[in-house]
Amino acid sequence: MSETIAMHMSDGLLNAPTSLLFVVVAVVGVGVALAKARGDLDDRTAPMAGLVAAFVFATQMLNFPVLPGVSGHLLGGALAAILVGPWVGALCVTIVLVLQALLFADGGVTALGANVTNMALIGTAVGYLVAVSLRRFARRGRAGIAAVAFVSALVNTVVASGGFVLEYAIGGQGGVAFGTVAGAVLGVHVLIGIGEGLITAATVSAVTAVRPDLVYLLRGTEQKLELRA
Amino acid sequence: MKRFFVGFAVVSLLLAGVVSYFANSNPDGLDHVTEVHGIAEHAEESPLSGSLFADYAVGGDDRFTGVAGILGVVVTLVLAGGLFWLLRKRTPQEK
Repeated sequence: MSETIAMHMSDGLLNAPTSLLFVVVAVVGVGVALAKARGDLDDRTAPMAGLVAAFVFATQMLNFPVLPGVSGHLLGGALAAILVGPWVGALCVTIVLVLQALLFADGGVTALGANVTNMALIGTAVGYLVAVSLRRFARRGRAGIAAVAFVSALVNTVVASGGFVLEYAIGGQGGVAFGTVAGAVLGVHVLIGIGEGLITAATVSAVTAVRPDLVYLLRGTEQKLELRA
Repeated sequence: MKRFFVGFAVVSLLLAGVVSYFANSNPDGLDHVTEVHGIAEHAEESPLSGSLFADYAVGGDDRFTGVAGILGVVVTLVLAGGLFWLLRKRTPQEK
């Protein structure tokens, strides 16, 4: 039995101009992330970021059940953004998606622009914005940061899936009504987002327990303390 | 520091190499929706679907999913780690 573990948007779901449009969006977004990431990378955080990318790759393989006959898997944007920041985080998820498409034929090649836009750019940006807006709770110990990670990841999953809804509305094949696609995609991704939230909360909480200095979201506080010491 | 990094890498290798066998093989949420609403009829196979490690198997044999997973973790770590190491700020810092 050869069950395929296809996890991302295939080629052909979007028409060619729309696919191309999102290739351009992805290239611009990743370019900005590349330019900005440098400021967040040093001898300590660079290896951490490589490990976060590898962890996102590993965790994306682990589809969990959400409904009878339906599974979900981590997207990883909020997780990466909380641990290594939004710019480096977007690059982590991008590298995972490119490798999945090219090495494992998971996700289409012309669809790569849309997949990167949704999961690496939208997911990471939204996850990070939610996490930052709740940062004061994240500073209240492990339960606090676990809760912030859960909420950020849940929102990241739902909004990233909204990226597909938008792309489908612009140039999707099959002519399914916008409301139908939006309801079905967003609905199932609320359930997937709960799974993503639990995995993200557990991971961020575990890292915070042993190496809080490596958690990007907590960095501001710690640096001030170091300067005064 | 090193211990944490090694531990983090080992966790990823175990997830991709061992836990991956227990992953749910049903279509994910997006695939499910596109299948139910007939959008998936328009899906094209990846031009790379015949490649050696396609679908996280080795030569189409998904008994080797763990091998493909470990390979993926190692390649991701080398590519991402290498890129980030090259991008990093090189301010000489004494520890």
